[in-house]
Amino acid sequence: MNGITLALSKGRIFTETLPLLAAAGIVPTDDPETSRKLILATNRPDVRLVIVRASDTPTYVQHGAADLGIAGKDVLLEHGGTGLYQPLDLKIARCRMCVAVPDGFDYETAVRRGARLRVATKYIRTAREHFAVKGVHVDLIKLYGSMELAPLVGLADAIVDLVSTGGTLKANRLVAVEDIMPISSRLVVNQAALKMKREVLQPILDAFAGAVA
Amino acid sequence: MRRWLLPEAIVDTLPLEARQTESLRRILLDEFDRHGYDLVAPPLLEYLESLLTGSGGDLDLRTFKLVDQLSGRTMGLRADITPQAARIDAHLLNRPGVVRLCYCGPVLHALPADFNSTREPLQIGAELYGHGGLEADAEVIRLLAHVLQCAGLAVPRIDLGHVGVFRALAQGAGLSAEAEAELFAAMQAKDLPLVRELVAGVAARWAEALLLLPECYGAVNELAALTARLPDTEGVARALRELEQLAAALAGLQVSFDLADLRGDRYHSGVVFAAYVDGEATALARGGRYDEVGRAFGRARPATGFSLDLRQLARAVPAPELPGAILAPAGTPCASLQDTMRALRARGERVIHELPGHAPEHWRAGGCDRRLIERDGAWVTVAIAEENQIGG
Repeated sequence: MNGITLALSKGRIFTETLPLLAAAGIVPTDDPETSRKLILATNRPDVRLVIVRASDTPTYVQHGAADLGIAGKDVLLEHGGTGLYQPLDLKIARCRMCVAVPDGFDYETAVRRGARLRVATKYIRTAREHFAVKGVHVDLIKLYGSMELAPLVGLADAIVDLVSTGGTLKANRLVAVEDIMPISSRLVVNQAALKMKREVLQPILDAFAGAVA
Repeated sequence: MRRWLLPEAIVDTLPLEARQTESLRRILLDEFDRHGYDLVAPPLLEYLESLLTGSGGDLDLRTFKLVDQLSGRTMGLRADITPQAARIDAHLLNRPGVVRLCYCGPVLHALPADFNSTREPLQIGAELYGHGGLEADAEVIRLLAHVLQCAGLAVPRIDLGHVGVFRALAQGAGLSAEAEAELFAAMQAKDLPLVRELVAGVAARWAEALLLLPECYGAVNELAALTARLPDTEGVARALRELEQLAAALAGLQVSFDLADLRGDRYHSGVVFAAYVDGEATALARGGRYDEVGRAFGRARPATGFSLDLRQLARAVPAPELPGAILAPAGTPCASLQDTMRALRARGERVIHELPGHAPEHWRAGGCDRRLIERDGAWVTVAIAEENQIGG
């Protein structure tokens, strides 16, 4: 395919990417919320969008199945990012990666005492790195969703998860006790595509950069 | 336990691909030979220290290790042939002046080099020793572009970089080795937000230049404009001058540059390059200058060259047509049939001797599209039509 393929996920990332695409003169002609199509056309015949699961975006771009992608920093950290350029922080879909514990659990003291914590998370790499730097021993429990449930039913002492408004934590009587890092979405680019299709890609990159600044 | 399973990222090469790989190996080695590159075949395993000498340490984790029962020393299965070729040039040949070497053989990677790489690449490459001038770099890059075209690919995109720019900036910024390594990794990913974080404590002049570097890529005619804002230190200026001269020497090829893309190996010391072709998600070949490796082996020698994975190349070139074959009738061949078969094979035809008791479809499925029949006392080949039964 000689045109450009951009991979992104439905929902918040898609919605918040629309203004950036508009800045680059790209308007999708299908709406992923109503259409069941996975490949969306745009007003530009040489640009198409592919709708993928958020955690799959880096994989599509890495293998060249998409030239560009929009992926959360959380996803990129778990993926490792080999074979990708990550030139631009798009500052969309912002949230925080946090450690959260049940209301009333004394996290500080548990850490100071050197307790071995059971931590449930979807973000194994990020959590391992965070606790390694802190010097805390943890047993990581990989979950695929509803992390908030784990401490409530005794599966884990703490969770590592994304927090945006804090609503879900509050509803389940959890509190964020530690910020690991701020998260936002990044533009990722296939390395070979940037070399081979630079004439077409560079204007899109520049338009995104202009819209973000 | 499924006994036929192979380890992760280790594969069997099946007939079609093996045929393709072997034909490419011959094409490339013949071209190297015509350009004056002598073939060498270093061993698959060596003592670890000689294997890792001069490699800058980045091969250590990628190298499979085992203990030599004769000497008790640790041996490694080679992960890269380039340092072996440098060792041969430095010590065994001891020729003064220019030496051109080429090689082809399997290497093993304990960790895959890339996300889509096999752990057993078939590395083929050409190296030029004893000439420090850019003529040597231009020669190997032209050779690379030439052999890729001989392999059946379109003109590749050659992307040039220079280790000297990053080194000069990191040195100017006074970074520790650890900080430099972190920054190097961020540069490879063009991760500007991370670069910004890492240069936070660096003097403004150097921080600005380091932040500029990931965006210093593009067509050769943009090089001057993009690099105008880099500090005019000797190291940077020399590297940029070399890149410009090299690009001029490569007129006629599709050349671009990227000052932050220095992936290759840690032993590279000057100009580095990569070849990209349409449809491949990663570079097809990488190379560059590595003047320091010979020094580690006791004889400092200017060195430049490239290598690539023949398996990746075989996947990138258009799939070959399976050649047809000629079926010779079963039974002990008479003298005239033997002569005919020999003559056909000498012309490069594939002649398969039919064995009795197998259905005609079996031979057709095996690629036989013609057969030998006796007509008026002479053996002639006739097409096997789909509907006709062989021997029917």
